[in-house]
Amino acid sequence: MIFYLSALTMGLCLSAMGLGIYITMKIFRIPDITTDGSYTMGAAVTAVLLTQGWSLPAVIGITVAAGALAGVLTGLVHTRLKIDALLAGILVMTGLYSVNLTILGRSNVPLLDTSSVFSALSVFDKAIYNEVWVSLLFLILLGGLLSYMLRTDFGLAMRATGNSESMTRALGINNDHMKIIGLAIANALTALSGFLVAQYQHYTDINMGIGIVLVGLGSVLIGDALITWLGVQRIWLQLALIMAGCILFQLMLALALSLGIDPNMLKLVTAVFVLSIVGIPRLIRSAAS
Amino acid sequence: MIELQHVTKVFNRGKVNEVSALEDVTLSIADGEFAVLVGANGSGKTTLLNTIAGAVLPSEGRVSINGREVTRLPEHKRSKWIARVFQNPLAGTAPELSILDNFRLASLRTGKKRLVIGINDRFRNTVRDKIAVLGLGLENKLQQPMGSLSGGQRQALTLLMSVMDHTDILLLDEPTAALDPKSAEVVMQTAEKIIADYRLTTMLITHNMRETLRFGNRIIHMAGGRVVRDVDAAAKKALKLEDMYGWFG
Repeated sequence: MIFYLSALTMGLCLSAMGLGIYITMKIFRIPDITTDGSYTMGAAVTAVLLTQGWSLPAVIGITVAAGALAGVLTGLVHTRLKIDALLAGILVMTGLYSVNLTILGRSNVPLLDTSSVFSALSVFDKAIYNEVWVSLLFLILLGGLLSYMLRTDFGLAMRATGNSESMTRALGINNDHMKIIGLAIANALTALSGFLVAQYQHYTDINMGIGIVLVGLGSVLIGDALITWLGVQRIWLQLALIMAGCILFQLMLALALSLGIDPNMLKLVTAVFVLSIVGIPRLIRSAAS
Repeated sequence: MIELQHVTKVFNRGKVNEVSALEDVTLSIADGEFAVLVGANGSGKTTLLNTIAGAVLPSEGRVSINGREVTRLPEHKRSKWIARVFQNPLAGTAPELSILDNFRLASLRTGKKRLVIGINDRFRNTVRDKIAVLGLGLENKLQQPMGSLSGGQRQALTLLMSVMDHTDILLLDEPTAALDPKSAEVVMQTAEKIIADYRLTTMLITHNMRETLRFGNRIIHMAGGRVVRDVDAAAKKALKLEDMYGWFG
């Protein structure tokens, strides 16, 4: 039971990143892999600031700013220098590794007796229940905020940009600015996942972000399949299903581990999961036609 | 008022595929004028329209709108004076957004897109009334994604969207080329009505001779990137279909 509850919590913690990837991948149709770097960056900033005794609101603010900055960098490289988004993301992500190592000071920082968002909002006696409840509360707030933003006039302009650039240009929207803002929001959300996971697992590791973009991608694909399958139009429901995708993905990984798969094989299992999520529907479609 | 002075546009200058799309075009379109642009494929009509809209920046020459020079101004900053309808019905609307969302954005063409929810009952009713005029039954499908509509329906809605916010100029680039005759008729009638109602300065590109004769009060004939014939309102009235066939011999 605890095993699956911790998978649920991990899924919720990673949902912030899932929402970010949803923005870049589904709304802007930009393949952004700055994620690996901005996730670790969020965790690194969190670890250093919490160890130095900063208050949680300040830590959240700085984490969001750091992630947004990473996104702005990728956005600038992509829009100003006209470099392919994938390459722009790889450039920033690779550079961030050294930045993160500098922030962290060493490759691993434990967070054992520091304050955390989970202890600060504790209601239950048992730690795991608190972790579920706090991460759920955090994600509901985040999802609510994002859902509101996407329904505003600004949010409409953002969604239209990924949909029809000729239309948005003709309607007075600066597409480049929109993409930079979108990448900033997405990577700020990803950094918040780093913030949550660092506190949940009580440490930040310089390598924790390696391949995390694939986890996010797989999760968003599951969520998106649910959205299409159920024909969901409402934004808040779409965001909820993306979160459900993130949770399902973690449950699948947990299930694989419980079946006795070597934890060293986890990245391979992740890759195979994502491959099957992308590949199987295509195989079915080509078999049908 | 649109003015072009000695506008030249060369694509891929210095390369093997160099194309001279506009050559020394000097043109003035007065307020309220409705000019029909005709000419063979590759004659520079679309480049001319794109140069006015700001989607293409000229290699040489000056462009001004309402007396203000806009030669280097990007497209999204000219949208305060210019509304556009594209040849491709997909280009003028956002397919995954609802009809209502598309209209909301169109109503903010000249304004700021703020972090507030702008769609309320009043806005919804305004849009419903405007769409009802088309008689296509779309007024009851405001929440439907734009992408689920036919090309004709989308073009008709794009036209209505162009006057959701103030505009001086309407640029129509073969708006009916991708449509069946019946939808084309709905679109052109809608266009005619809003052009008259809002006194818009209009430029229409068409390959359809009957449309050329029926609409507008001026014909600009282009060939090889130049204006080769400029027919004013009086001469246009006297013009017959047979006269025009000779132009493209």
